[in-house]
Amino acid sequence: MSAPATTATGTGATPAGAPLIEARGVHVRLGSSHVLRGVDLAVRPGEVVALLGANGSGKSTLVRSLVGVLTPSAGEVRVPPAHRVGYVPQRVSAGSGVPSTAEEVVASGLLHPRRLRLPRGWRARVHEALDQVGLADRAHDATGLLSGGQQQRVLIARALVRRPDVLVLDEPVAGVDHPSQEQFATTMRSLVADGLTVLVVLHELGELAPLVTRAVVLRHGRVVHDGAPPQPRGDHSVAGHDHVHPHPADDMAPRPGEPELGLDSGVAAWHETASEARP
Amino acid sequence: MSFFDEITLMLTDPFMQRALVAALLVGAAAPVVGTYLVQRRLSLLGDGIGHVALTGVALGWLVGAAVGVSPNDALAIPGAVVAAVVGSVLIEVVRRRGRTSGDLALALMFYGGIAGGVLLIGIAGGSSGNLMSYLFGSISTVTTTDLVLTVVLSVVILAIGLGLRTALFAVSHDEEFAVASGLPVWLLNMAVAVVAALTVTVAMRVVGLLLVSALMIVPVAVAQQLTHAFRRTMTLASVVGVVVCVAGLSITYWQNVSPGATIVVLAIGVYVVAALARPLLARRRPPHDPHPDIPDDVAVAPAPALAGGATGGKECER
Repeated sequence: MSAPATTATGTGATPAGAPLIEARGVHVRLGSSHVLRGVDLAVRPGEVVALLGANGSGKSTLVRSLVGVLTPSAGEVRVPPAHRVGYVPQRVSAGSGVPSTAEEVVASGLLHPRRLRLPRGWRARVHEALDQVGLADRAHDATGLLSGGQQQRVLIARALVRRPDVLVLDEPVAGVDHPSQEQFATTMRSLVADGLTVLVVLHELGELAPLVTRAVVLRHGRVVHDGAPPQPRGDHSVAGHDHVHPHPADDMAPRPGEPELGLDSGVAAWHETASEARP
Repeated sequence: MSFFDEITLMLTDPFMQRALVAALLVGAAAPVVGTYLVQRRLSLLGDGIGHVALTGVALGWLVGAAVGVSPNDALAIPGAVVAAVVGSVLIEVVRRRGRTSGDLALALMFYGGIAGGVLLIGIAGGSSGNLMSYLFGSISTVTTTDLVLTVVLSVVILAIGLGLRTALFAVSHDEEFAVASGLPVWLLNMAVAVVAALTVTVAMRVVGLLLVSALMIVPVAVAQQLTHAFRRTMTLASVVGVVVCVAGLSITYWQNVSPGATIVVLAIGVYVVAALARPLLARRRPPHDPHPDIPDDVAVAPAPALAGGATGGKECER
Protein backbone atom coordinates (compact mmCIF):
# COMPACT_ATOMS: atom_id res chain seq x y z
CA MET A 1 0.00 0.00 0.00
CA SER A 2 1.77 3.13 -1.10
CA ALA A 3 0.73 6.54 0.06
CA PRO A 4 1.02 9.49 -2.30
CA ALA A 5 3.50 12.19 -1.43
CA THR A 6 0.86 14.91 -1.40
CA THR A 7 -0.18 14.00 2.12
CA ALA A 8 3.28 13.69 3.63
CA THR A 9 2.51 16.48 6.09
CA GLY A 10 2.02 13.96 8.89
CA THR A 11 1.65 14.96 12.50
CA GLY A 12 5.03 13.78 13.67
CA ALA A 13 5.99 10.87 15.90
CA THR A 14 3.36 8.38 14.87
CA PRO A 15 3.47 5.05 13.04
CA ALA A 16 5.10 5.11 9.66
CA GLY A 17 3.27 6.18 6.53
CA ALA A 18 1.09 9.08 5.56
CA PRO A 19 -2.50 8.91 6.86
CA LEU A 20 -5.00 7.01 4.75
CA ILE A 21 -7.74 9.09 6.27
CA GLU A 22 -7.33 12.17 8.42
CA ALA A 23 -9.40 14.74 10.32
CA ARG A 24 -7.88 18.07 11.35
CA GLY A 25 -9.58 20.39 13.76
CA VAL A 26 -12.98 19.09 12.67
CA HIS A 27 -16.04 20.82 14.05
CA VAL A 28 -19.50 19.59 13.17
CA ARG A 29 -22.73 21.32 14.04
CA LEU A 30 -25.97 19.48 13.55
CA GLY A 31 -28.81 21.91 13.93
CA SER A 32 -28.21 23.75 17.20
CA SER A 33 -25.86 21.19 18.75
CA HIS A 34 -22.13 21.48 18.38
CA VAL A 35 -21.36 17.77 18.13
CA LEU A 36 -17.65 17.74 17.28
CA ARG A 37 -15.43 20.41 18.79
CA GLY A 38 -12.07 20.31 17.08
CA VAL A 39 -11.21 16.67 16.52
CA ASP A 40 -7.85 15.52 15.14
CA LEU A 41 -7.56 11.94 14.03
CA ALA A 42 -5.27 10.20 11.57
CA VAL A 43 -5.33 6.56 10.59
CA ARG A 44 -2.09 5.25 9.08
CA PRO A 45 -1.47 2.11 7.03
CA GLY A 46 -1.60 -1.10 9.01
CA GLU A 47 -3.31 0.39 12.05
CA VAL A 48 -6.45 -0.93 13.66
CA VAL A 49 -7.90 2.07 15.44
CA ALA A 50 -10.82 1.72 17.82
CA LEU A 51 -12.96 4.83 18.29
CA LEU A 52 -14.56 4.69 21.71
CA GLY A 53 -16.83 6.91 23.73
CA ALA A 54 -20.22 7.13 25.38
CA ASN A 55 -23.43 7.42 23.42
CA GLY A 56 -23.66 10.94 22.06
CA SER A 57 -19.93 11.60 22.36
CA GLY A 58 -19.71 12.14 18.61
CA LYS A 59 -18.23 8.83 17.40
CA SER A 60 -20.73 8.28 14.60
CA THR A 61 -20.65 11.94 13.62
CA LEU A 62 -16.86 11.78 13.33
CA VAL A 63 -17.02 8.66 11.20
CA ARG A 64 -19.75 10.12 9.02
CA SER A 65 -17.58 13.21 8.50
CA LEU A 66 -14.56 11.07 7.64
CA VAL A 67 -16.40 9.18 4.91
CA GLY A 68 -17.95 12.33 3.48
CA VAL A 69 -21.56 11.91 4.53
CA LEU A 70 -21.39 15.01 6.74
CA THR A 71 -19.52 18.19 5.89
CA PRO A 72 -17.52 19.67 8.78
CA SER A 73 -18.52 23.23 9.69
CA ALA A 74 -14.83 23.93 10.35
CA GLY A 75 -11.60 22.01 9.90
CA GLU A 76 -10.93 19.51 7.17
CA VAL A 77 -11.11 15.85 6.35
CA ARG A 78 -8.51 14.39 4.04
CA VAL A 79 -8.73 11.16 2.14
CA PRO A 80 -6.05 11.04 -0.54
CA PRO A 81 -7.86 10.61 -3.85
CA ALA A 82 -6.03 7.42 -4.71
CA HIS A 83 -7.37 5.74 -1.60
CA ARG A 84 -10.58 3.88 -1.34
CA VAL A 85 -12.62 3.89 1.84
CA GLY A 86 -14.89 0.97 2.63
CA TYR A 87 -17.71 2.31 4.81
CA VAL A 88 -19.95 0.07 6.88
CA PRO A 89 -22.80 2.18 8.27
CA GLN A 90 -24.16 1.60 11.73
CA ARG A 91 -27.60 0.40 10.95
CA VAL A 92 -28.98 -1.68 8.18
CA SER A 93 -30.96 0.86 6.21
CA ALA A 94 -34.67 0.70 6.76
CA GLY A 95 -36.00 -1.90 4.36
CA SER A 96 -36.55 -0.45 0.94
CA GLY A 97 -39.74 -0.97 -1.01
CA VAL A 98 -38.28 -3.53 -3.40
CA PRO A 99 -36.45 -6.52 -1.95
CA SER A 100 -32.92 -7.19 -3.12
CA THR A 101 -30.51 -10.10 -2.79
CA ALA A 102 -27.24 -10.08 -0.89
CA GLU A 103 -25.45 -10.30 -4.23
CA GLU A 104 -27.19 -7.16 -5.51
CA VAL A 105 -26.46 -5.19 -2.34
CA VAL A 106 -22.79 -6.19 -2.33
CA ALA A 107 -22.45 -5.42 -6.05
CA SER A 108 -23.49 -1.82 -5.39
CA GLY A 109 -20.22 -1.48 -3.44
CA LEU A 110 -18.26 -1.88 -6.68
CA LEU A 111 -19.28 1.54 -7.96
CA HIS A 112 -17.17 4.65 -7.54
CA PRO A 113 -17.24 8.15 -9.01
CA ARG A 114 -15.73 7.11 -12.31
CA ARG A 115 -17.55 3.81 -12.59
CA LEU A 116 -21.32 3.94 -12.48
CA ARG A 117 -21.75 0.55 -14.12
CA LEU A 118 -20.66 -2.87 -12.93
CA PRO A 119 -17.21 -3.91 -14.19
CA ARG A 120 -16.59 -7.15 -16.02
CA GLY A 121 -16.20 -10.05 -13.66
CA TRP A 122 -18.27 -8.34 -10.94
CA ARG A 123 -19.99 -11.55 -9.95
CA ALA A 124 -16.73 -13.27 -9.01
CA ARG A 125 -15.67 -10.29 -6.89
CA VAL A 126 -19.05 -10.15 -5.15
CA HIS A 127 -18.88 -13.82 -4.29
CA GLU A 128 -15.32 -13.44 -3.04
CA ALA A 129 -16.45 -10.65 -0.70
CA LEU A 130 -19.43 -12.67 0.53
CA ASP A 131 -17.09 -15.59 1.11
CA GLN A 132 -14.85 -13.35 3.24
CA VAL A 133 -17.73 -12.73 5.62
CA GLY A 134 -18.90 -16.34 5.55
CA LEU A 135 -22.08 -15.77 3.53
CA ALA A 136 -21.10 -17.36 0.23
CA ASP A 137 -24.16 -19.60 0.32
CA ARG A 138 -26.54 -16.68 0.90
CA ALA A 139 -25.78 -14.70 -2.28
CA HIS A 140 -29.25 -15.16 -3.71
CA ASP A 141 -31.22 -14.72 -0.50
CA ALA A 142 -33.22 -11.55 0.01
CA THR A 143 -31.37 -9.42 2.55
CA GLY A 144 -34.62 -8.71 4.38
CA LEU A 145 -34.86 -12.40 5.29
CA LEU A 146 -31.37 -12.59 6.83
CA SER A 147 -30.75 -12.17 10.56
CA GLY A 148 -29.44 -8.87 11.93
CA GLY A 149 -25.91 -10.23 12.21
CA GLN A 150 -26.01 -11.59 8.68
CA GLN A 151 -27.32 -8.28 7.32
CA GLN A 152 -24.42 -6.55 9.04
CA ARG A 153 -22.01 -8.95 7.36
CA VAL A 154 -23.61 -8.24 3.97
CA LEU A 155 -22.82 -4.55 4.56
CA ILE A 156 -19.24 -5.44 5.47
CA ALA A 157 -18.97 -7.45 2.24
CA ARG A 158 -20.34 -4.43 0.35
CA ALA A 159 -17.45 -2.38 1.78
CA LEU A 160 -14.86 -5.13 1.18
CA VAL A 161 -15.80 -5.66 -2.45
CA ARG A 162 -14.33 -2.23 -3.17
CA ARG A 163 -10.94 -3.59 -2.06
CA PRO A 164 -10.60 -0.66 0.31
CA ASP A 165 -7.33 0.76 1.64
CA VAL A 166 -9.11 1.48 4.88
CA LEU A 167 -12.26 -0.07 6.28
CA VAL A 168 -14.43 2.22 8.40
CA LEU A 169 -17.03 0.46 10.55
CA ASP A 170 -19.63 2.21 12.68
CA GLU A 171 -20.61 0.02 15.66
CA PRO A 172 -20.46 -3.24 13.70
CA VAL A 173 -21.42 -5.42 16.64
CA ALA A 174 -24.13 -3.29 18.25
CA GLY A 175 -27.20 -5.42 18.76
CA VAL A 176 -25.61 -8.44 17.11
CA ASP A 177 -25.87 -11.86 18.75
CA HIS A 178 -22.76 -13.43 20.24
CA PRO A 179 -22.08 -16.06 17.53
CA SER A 180 -22.28 -13.35 14.88
CA GLN A 181 -19.85 -11.26 16.93
CA GLU A 182 -17.42 -14.19 16.94
CA GLN A 183 -17.89 -14.63 13.23
CA PHE A 184 -17.24 -10.91 12.79
CA ALA A 185 -14.06 -11.13 14.89
CA THR A 186 -12.85 -14.09 12.82
CA THR A 187 -13.46 -12.13 9.63
CA MET A 188 -11.64 -9.09 11.00
CA ARG A 189 -8.68 -11.21 12.13
CA SER A 190 -8.10 -12.56 8.64
CA LEU A 191 -8.57 -9.13 7.03
CA VAL A 192 -6.12 -7.49 9.43
CA ALA A 193 -3.68 -10.36 8.88
CA ASP A 194 -3.87 -9.51 5.17
CA GLY A 195 -2.81 -5.96 5.99
CA LEU A 196 -6.12 -4.10 5.93
CA THR A 197 -6.22 -0.81 7.84
CA VAL A 198 -9.28 -0.42 10.03
CA LEU A 199 -11.09 2.34 11.89
CA VAL A 200 -13.86 0.88 13.98
CA VAL A 201 -16.37 2.53 16.27
CA LEU A 202 -17.00 0.35 19.28
CA HIS A 203 -18.78 0.51 22.58
CA GLU A 204 -16.35 -1.87 24.16
CA LEU A 205 -13.35 -3.63 22.66
CA GLY A 206 -14.79 -7.09 23.28
CA GLU A 207 -13.72 -9.74 20.78
CA LEU A 208 -11.65 -7.24 18.81
CA ALA A 209 -9.37 -6.28 21.73
CA PRO A 210 -6.38 -8.38 20.54
CA LEU A 211 -6.46 -6.72 17.12
CA VAL A 212 -6.70 -3.08 18.15
CA THR A 213 -3.38 -1.22 17.89
CA ARG A 214 -4.61 2.18 19.05
CA ALA A 215 -7.66 3.58 20.75
CA VAL A 216 -9.14 7.04 20.42
CA VAL A 217 -11.69 8.05 23.03
CA LEU A 218 -14.16 10.84 22.41
CA ARG A 219 -16.04 12.70 25.09
CA HIS A 220 -18.27 15.68 24.53
CA GLY A 221 -17.05 15.95 20.97
CA ARG A 222 -13.35 16.10 21.87
CA VAL A 223 -10.56 13.54 21.80
CA VAL A 224 -9.72 12.74 25.44
CA HIS A 225 -7.41 9.81 24.77
CA ASP A 226 -5.34 8.77 21.77
CA GLY A 227 -2.92 5.94 22.35
CA ALA A 228 -2.71 2.43 23.73
CA PRO A 229 -6.00 0.56 23.96
CA PRO A 230 -7.39 0.90 27.48
CA GLN A 231 -7.81 -2.22 29.60
CA PRO A 232 -11.43 -2.80 30.42
CA ARG A 233 -12.30 -2.87 34.09
CA GLY A 234 -12.55 -6.49 35.08
CA ASP A 235 -15.79 -6.20 36.97
CA HIS A 236 -17.66 -5.13 33.87
CA SER A 237 -16.91 -8.29 32.00
CA VAL A 238 -17.95 -10.56 34.83
CA ALA A 239 -21.04 -12.51 33.96
CA GLY A 240 -24.05 -11.24 35.82
CA HIS A 241 -22.83 -7.65 36.12
CA ASP A 242 -25.68 -5.47 35.08
CA HIS A 243 -24.18 -2.15 34.10
CA VAL A 244 -26.64 0.03 35.94
CA HIS A 245 -24.62 1.92 38.52
CA PRO A 246 -23.85 5.57 37.97
CA HIS A 247 -20.21 6.62 38.31
CA PRO A 248 -18.73 9.15 40.74
CA ALA A 249 -19.66 12.74 40.19
CA ASP A 250 -16.20 13.87 39.04
CA ASP A 251 -16.57 11.76 35.95
CA MET A 252 -19.76 13.42 34.84
CA ALA A 253 -19.43 17.03 35.92
CA PRO A 254 -19.25 19.43 33.01
CA ARG A 255 -15.85 21.06 32.77
CA PRO A 256 -15.63 24.76 33.54
CA GLY A 257 -16.80 26.98 30.75
CA GLU A 258 -18.37 24.15 28.86
CA PRO A 259 -22.12 23.97 28.55
CA GLU A 260 -23.54 20.61 29.35
CA LEU A 261 -24.64 18.77 26.25
CA GLY A 262 -28.19 17.67 26.65
CA LEU A 263 -27.58 14.72 24.39
CA ASP A 264 -24.96 12.89 26.38
CA SER A 265 -24.64 14.43 29.78
CA GLY A 266 -26.98 11.87 31.22
CA VAL A 267 -25.44 8.97 29.41
CA ALA A 268 -21.88 9.93 30.35
CA ALA A 269 -22.80 9.33 33.95
CA TRP A 270 -23.21 5.67 33.27
CA HIS A 271 -20.38 3.29 32.84
CA GLU A 272 -18.10 3.66 29.91
CA THR A 273 -15.44 1.02 30.05
CA ALA A 274 -12.96 2.63 27.75
CA SER A 275 -12.95 6.21 28.95
CA GLU A 276 -12.55 5.24 32.58
CA ALA A 277 -9.35 3.41 31.91
CA ARG A 278 -7.56 6.23 30.19
CA PRO A 279 -4.24 7.15 31.75
CA MET B 1 -64.04 -14.32 -39.85
CA SER B 2 -61.50 -16.38 -37.99
CA PHE B 3 -59.52 -15.19 -35.00
CA PHE B 4 -56.36 -14.85 -37.06
CA ASP B 5 -58.09 -12.75 -39.67
CA GLU B 6 -59.25 -10.43 -36.94
CA ILE B 7 -55.70 -10.14 -35.60
CA THR B 8 -54.34 -9.48 -39.07
CA LEU B 9 -56.95 -6.82 -39.62
CA MET B 10 -56.00 -5.15 -36.33
CA LEU B 11 -52.30 -5.26 -37.12
CA THR B 12 -52.76 -3.71 -40.56
CA ASP B 13 -54.82 -0.80 -39.23
CA PRO B 14 -52.42 2.18 -39.21
CA PHE B 15 -54.14 3.73 -36.16
CA MET B 16 -53.76 0.45 -34.32
CA GLN B 17 -50.15 0.04 -35.44
CA ARG B 18 -49.14 3.39 -33.98
CA ALA B 19 -51.12 2.77 -30.83
CA LEU B 20 -49.61 -0.69 -30.36
CA VAL B 21 -46.04 0.59 -30.75
CA ALA B 22 -46.74 3.34 -28.20
CA ALA B 23 -48.36 0.84 -25.81
CA LEU B 24 -45.45 -1.57 -26.16
CA LEU B 25 -42.84 1.09 -25.37
CA VAL B 26 -44.76 2.64 -22.50
CA GLY B 27 -45.60 -0.79 -21.08
CA ALA B 28 -41.88 -1.63 -21.03
CA ALA B 29 -40.58 1.71 -19.76
CA ALA B 30 -43.07 2.73 -17.06
CA PRO B 31 -42.46 -0.24 -14.71
CA VAL B 32 -38.67 0.24 -14.98
CA VAL B 33 -39.04 3.72 -13.50
CA GLY B 34 -41.78 2.47 -11.17
CA THR B 35 -39.34 -0.02 -9.64
CA TYR B 36 -37.09 2.82 -8.45
CA LEU B 37 -40.07 4.79 -7.15
CA VAL B 38 -41.35 1.80 -5.17
CA GLN B 39 -37.83 1.16 -3.86
CA ARG B 40 -37.72 4.77 -2.61
CA ARG B 41 -41.20 4.45 -1.14
CA LEU B 42 -42.39 7.15 -3.50
CA SER B 43 -45.12 5.13 -5.19
CA LEU B 44 -47.38 8.15 -5.37
CA LEU B 45 -44.78 10.43 -6.95
CA GLY B 46 -46.08 9.54 -10.41
CA ASP B 47 -49.53 10.74 -9.40
CA GLY B 48 -48.16 14.03 -8.11
CA ILE B 49 -46.24 14.58 -11.32
CA GLY B 50 -49.31 13.65 -13.34
CA HIS B 51 -51.38 16.31 -11.65
CA VAL B 52 -48.74 18.94 -12.29
CA ALA B 53 -48.50 17.81 -15.90
CA LEU B 54 -52.18 18.70 -16.22
CA THR B 55 -51.32 22.30 -15.41
CA GLY B 56 -48.60 22.01 -18.05
CA VAL B 57 -51.15 20.80 -20.61
CA ALA B 58 -53.38 23.79 -19.87
CA LEU B 59 -50.41 26.15 -19.88
CA GLY B 60 -49.33 24.81 -23.28
CA TRP B 61 -52.88 25.33 -24.49
CA LEU B 62 -52.89 28.89 -23.16
CA VAL B 63 -49.56 29.72 -24.78
CA GLY B 64 -50.72 28.06 -28.02
CA ALA B 65 -53.90 30.13 -28.04
CA ALA B 66 -51.94 33.32 -27.34
CA VAL B 67 -49.40 32.67 -30.09
CA GLY B 68 -52.09 31.43 -32.42
CA VAL B 69 -50.73 27.99 -33.34
CA SER B 70 -53.13 25.45 -34.75
CA PRO B 71 -54.39 23.07 -33.63
CA ASN B 72 -54.67 24.89 -30.34
CA ASP B 73 -53.42 21.93 -28.30
CA ALA B 74 -50.17 21.62 -30.30
CA LEU B 75 -48.17 22.89 -27.33
CA ALA B 76 -50.06 20.81 -24.75
CA ILE B 77 -47.59 17.91 -24.69
CA PRO B 78 -44.44 20.07 -24.59
CA GLY B 79 -46.16 22.03 -21.80
CA ALA B 80 -46.80 18.79 -19.92
CA VAL B 81 -43.17 17.68 -20.32
CA VAL B 82 -41.86 21.00 -18.98
CA ALA B 83 -44.30 21.15 -16.06
CA ALA B 84 -43.69 17.52 -15.12
CA VAL B 85 -39.91 17.93 -15.11
CA VAL B 86 -40.10 21.16 -13.08
CA GLY B 87 -42.55 19.55 -10.64
CA SER B 88 -40.50 16.42 -10.07
CA VAL B 89 -37.28 18.39 -9.64
CA LEU B 90 -39.08 20.56 -7.05
CA ILE B 91 -40.24 17.45 -5.20
CA GLU B 92 -36.69 16.13 -5.17
CA VAL B 93 -35.37 19.44 -3.82
CA VAL B 94 -38.01 19.45 -1.07
CA ARG B 95 -37.25 15.82 -0.26
CA ARG B 96 -33.56 16.67 0.18
CA ARG B 97 -34.19 19.70 2.35
CA GLY B 98 -36.23 17.83 4.90
CA ARG B 99 -37.48 14.33 4.44
CA THR B 100 -40.70 14.77 6.37
CA SER B 101 -42.09 17.50 4.17
CA GLY B 102 -41.88 15.39 1.01
CA ASP B 103 -45.33 14.03 1.76
CA LEU B 104 -46.73 17.52 2.17
CA ALA B 105 -45.05 18.70 -1.03
CA LEU B 106 -46.76 15.84 -2.88
CA ALA B 107 -50.13 16.89 -1.51
CA LEU B 108 -49.56 20.49 -2.63
CA MET B 109 -48.68 19.22 -6.10
CA PHE B 110 -51.82 17.08 -6.30
CA TYR B 111 -54.23 19.89 -5.56
CA GLY B 112 -52.30 22.74 -7.12
CA GLY B 113 -51.85 20.75 -10.32
CA ILE B 114 -55.53 19.92 -10.83
CA ALA B 115 -56.78 23.36 -9.80
CA GLY B 116 -54.19 25.12 -11.93
CA GLY B 117 -55.06 22.97 -14.94
CA VAL B 118 -58.80 23.62 -14.73
CA LEU B 119 -58.25 27.32 -14.11
CA LEU B 120 -55.82 27.82 -16.98
CA ILE B 121 -57.82 25.82 -19.52
CA GLY B 122 -60.77 28.12 -18.82
CA ILE B 123 -58.61 31.22 -19.35
CA ALA B 124 -57.32 29.69 -22.61
CA GLY B 125 -60.90 29.58 -23.85
CA GLY B 126 -61.35 25.82 -23.52
CA SER B 127 -63.47 23.79 -21.15
CA SER B 128 -62.48 21.17 -18.66
CA GLY B 129 -63.89 18.73 -21.21
CA ASN B 130 -60.80 19.44 -23.30
CA LEU B 131 -58.70 18.01 -20.51
CA MET B 132 -60.54 14.68 -20.52
CA SER B 133 -58.37 13.09 -23.20
CA TYR B 134 -55.29 13.92 -21.11
CA LEU B 135 -56.85 12.73 -17.89
CA PHE B 136 -57.99 9.39 -19.28
CA GLY B 137 -55.72 8.85 -22.29
CA SER B 138 -56.29 9.01 -26.01
CA ILE B 139 -54.09 6.33 -27.45
CA SER B 140 -56.35 5.67 -30.43
CA THR B 141 -55.60 9.15 -31.75
CA VAL B 142 -51.81 8.85 -31.65
CA THR B 143 -50.33 10.68 -34.65
CA THR B 144 -47.02 9.96 -36.31
CA THR B 145 -45.49 13.01 -34.60
CA ASP B 146 -46.77 11.77 -31.23
CA LEU B 147 -45.29 8.38 -31.97
CA VAL B 148 -41.85 9.81 -32.77
CA LEU B 149 -41.89 11.74 -29.48
CA THR B 150 -43.00 8.61 -27.62
CA VAL B 151 -40.22 6.52 -29.18
CA VAL B 152 -37.53 9.09 -28.41
CA LEU B 153 -38.63 9.62 -24.80
CA SER B 154 -39.06 5.89 -24.18
CA VAL B 155 -35.56 5.21 -25.46
CA VAL B 156 -34.18 7.91 -23.14
CA ILE B 157 -36.10 6.47 -20.18
CA LEU B 158 -34.96 2.91 -20.87
CA ALA B 159 -31.36 3.96 -21.51
CA ILE B 160 -31.14 5.77 -18.16
CA GLY B 161 -33.28 3.31 -16.20
CA LEU B 162 -31.45 0.21 -17.41
CA GLY B 163 -28.01 1.65 -18.18
CA LEU B 164 -27.56 3.17 -14.74
CA ARG B 165 -29.38 0.41 -12.93
CA THR B 166 -26.69 -0.43 -10.37
CA ALA B 167 -25.97 3.24 -9.62
CA LEU B 168 -29.66 4.11 -9.27
CA PHE B 169 -30.14 1.00 -7.14
CA ALA B 170 -27.23 2.04 -4.91
CA VAL B 171 -28.62 5.55 -4.39
CA SER B 172 -32.16 4.35 -3.76
CA HIS B 173 -31.06 1.51 -1.48
CA ASP B 174 -28.65 3.34 0.83
CA GLU B 175 -28.06 6.97 0.01
CA GLU B 176 -25.51 7.42 2.79
CA PHE B 177 -23.34 4.62 1.47
CA ALA B 178 -23.63 6.04 -2.05
CA VAL B 179 -22.40 9.41 -0.76
CA ALA B 180 -19.50 7.70 1.03
CA SER B 181 -18.66 5.84 -2.20
CA GLY B 182 -18.34 9.19 -3.93
CA LEU B 183 -21.21 8.59 -6.33
CA PRO B 184 -22.82 11.70 -7.86
CA VAL B 185 -25.86 11.24 -5.64
CA TRP B 186 -27.47 14.57 -6.45
CA LEU B 187 -27.21 13.90 -10.17
CA LEU B 188 -28.56 10.36 -9.83
CA ASN B 189 -31.51 11.54 -7.72
CA MET B 190 -32.26 14.19 -10.32
CA ALA B 191 -32.01 11.53 -13.04
CA VAL B 192 -34.71 9.49 -11.29
CA ALA B 193 -36.89 12.59 -10.90
CA VAL B 194 -36.53 13.66 -14.53
CA VAL B 195 -37.01 10.17 -15.89
CA ALA B 196 -40.14 9.79 -13.76
CA ALA B 197 -41.46 13.05 -15.22
CA LEU B 198 -40.75 11.91 -18.79
CA THR B 199 -42.45 8.60 -18.09
CA VAL B 200 -45.56 10.37 -16.87
CA THR B 201 -45.82 12.47 -20.02
CA VAL B 202 -45.18 9.50 -22.29
CA ALA B 203 -47.69 7.30 -20.48
CA MET B 204 -50.22 10.15 -20.49
CA ARG B 205 -51.27 9.27 -24.04
CA VAL B 206 -51.76 5.61 -23.23
CA VAL B 207 -53.60 5.52 -19.91
CA GLY B 208 -54.16 9.18 -19.04
CA LEU B 209 -52.68 11.28 -16.26
CA LEU B 210 -55.00 9.92 -13.60
CA LEU B 211 -53.90 6.33 -14.24
CA VAL B 212 -50.24 6.92 -15.12
CA SER B 213 -49.02 5.88 -11.72
CA ALA B 214 -50.89 2.60 -11.94
CA LEU B 215 -48.89 1.62 -15.00
CA MET B 216 -45.65 2.41 -13.16
CA ILE B 217 -46.52 0.77 -9.86
CA VAL B 218 -48.96 -2.13 -10.35
CA PRO B 219 -46.59 -4.24 -12.52
CA VAL B 220 -43.94 -3.84 -9.79
CA ALA B 221 -46.46 -5.04 -7.21
CA VAL B 222 -47.13 -8.08 -9.43
CA ALA B 223 -43.42 -8.83 -9.82
CA GLN B 224 -42.86 -8.59 -6.07
CA GLN B 225 -45.31 -11.43 -5.57
CA LEU B 226 -43.09 -13.67 -7.65
CA THR B 227 -39.47 -12.75 -6.91
CA HIS B 228 -37.31 -11.17 -4.22
CA ALA B 229 -34.42 -9.93 -6.36
CA PHE B 230 -34.29 -6.31 -7.47
CA ARG B 231 -33.19 -7.00 -11.02
CA ARG B 232 -35.74 -9.73 -11.59
CA THR B 233 -38.46 -7.55 -10.09
CA MET B 234 -37.66 -4.90 -12.69
CA THR B 235 -37.53 -7.33 -15.61
CA LEU B 236 -40.71 -9.12 -14.62
CA ALA B 237 -42.54 -5.81 -14.03
CA SER B 238 -41.53 -4.67 -17.49
CA VAL B 239 -42.83 -7.88 -19.08
CA VAL B 240 -46.12 -7.54 -17.18
CA GLY B 241 -46.35 -3.92 -18.33
CA VAL B 242 -45.93 -4.86 -21.99
CA VAL B 243 -48.42 -7.71 -21.77
CA VAL B 244 -51.19 -5.71 -20.08
CA CYS B 245 -50.68 -2.67 -22.34
CA VAL B 246 -50.76 -4.63 -25.59
CA ALA B 247 -53.55 -6.95 -24.43
CA GLY B 248 -55.62 -4.07 -23.01
CA LEU B 249 -55.26 -2.03 -26.16
CA SER B 250 -56.14 -4.99 -28.37
CA ILE B 251 -59.36 -5.54 -26.44
CA THR B 252 -60.44 -1.99 -27.27
CA TYR B 253 -60.14 -2.81 -30.97
CA TRP B 254 -63.17 -5.04 -30.62
CA GLN B 255 -64.87 -3.67 -27.55
CA ASN B 256 -65.78 -0.03 -27.17
CA VAL B 257 -64.13 0.53 -23.80
CA SER B 258 -61.56 3.01 -22.51
CA PRO B 259 -58.05 1.72 -23.32
CA GLY B 260 -56.46 3.29 -20.22
CA ALA B 261 -59.01 1.87 -17.82
CA THR B 262 -58.89 -1.55 -19.52
CA ILE B 263 -55.09 -1.69 -19.20
CA VAL B 264 -55.14 -0.76 -15.52
CA VAL B 265 -57.96 -3.16 -14.67
CA LEU B 266 -56.05 -5.94 -16.48
CA ALA B 267 -52.89 -5.10 -14.51
CA ILE B 268 -54.77 -5.27 -11.23
CA GLY B 269 -56.34 -8.54 -12.36
CA VAL B 270 -52.86 -9.94 -12.98
CA TYR B 271 -51.86 -8.77 -9.51
CA VAL B 272 -54.76 -10.62 -7.93
CA VAL B 273 -53.91 -13.79 -9.86
CA ALA B 274 -50.22 -13.48 -8.86
CA ALA B 275 -51.14 -12.91 -5.21
CA LEU B 276 -53.39 -15.98 -5.26
CA ALA B 277 -50.81 -18.08 -7.11
CA ARG B 278 -47.97 -17.12 -4.78
CA PRO B 279 -48.66 -19.76 -2.11
CA LEU B 280 -48.82 -22.43 -4.83
CA LEU B 281 -45.46 -21.33 -6.23
CA ALA B 282 -43.92 -21.09 -2.78
CA ARG B 283 -44.93 -24.63 -1.93
CA ARG B 284 -42.87 -26.00 -4.77
CA ARG B 285 -39.66 -24.61 -3.31
CA PRO B 286 -37.97 -26.54 -0.50
CA PRO B 287 -39.20 -25.41 2.89
CA HIS B 288 -37.12 -22.47 4.06
CA ASP B 289 -36.16 -22.26 7.71
CA PRO B 290 -36.42 -18.57 8.66
CA HIS B 291 -34.09 -18.98 11.65
CA PRO B 292 -30.45 -18.25 10.98
CA ASP B 293 -28.13 -21.25 11.16
CA ILE B 294 -26.26 -20.30 14.29
CA PRO B 295 -25.70 -22.07 17.57
CA ASP B 296 -27.79 -20.99 20.52
CA ASP B 297 -26.55 -18.42 23.01
CA VAL B 298 -27.62 -20.59 25.90
CA ALA B 299 -27.05 -24.24 26.60
CA VAL B 300 -30.26 -26.23 26.54
CA ALA B 301 -30.89 -29.90 27.08
CA PRO B 302 -31.36 -31.54 23.69
CA ALA B 303 -34.98 -32.19 22.88
CA PRO B 304 -35.00 -35.88 21.93
CA ALA B 305 -38.04 -35.67 19.68
CA LEU B 306 -36.51 -33.01 17.47
CA ALA B 307 -33.01 -34.42 17.33
CA GLY B 308 -33.69 -36.25 14.10
CA GLY B 309 -33.56 -33.04 12.09
CA ALA B 310 -36.04 -34.11 9.42
CA THR B 311 -35.96 -30.69 7.74
CA GLY B 312 -32.21 -30.84 7.29
CA GLY B 313 -32.02 -27.06 7.48
CA LYS B 314 -30.19 -26.65 10.77
CA GLU B 315 -26.49 -27.33 10.51
CA CYS B 316 -24.13 -25.48 12.77
CA GLU B 317 -21.82 -22.95 11.25
CA ARG B 318 -18.16 -23.57 12.05
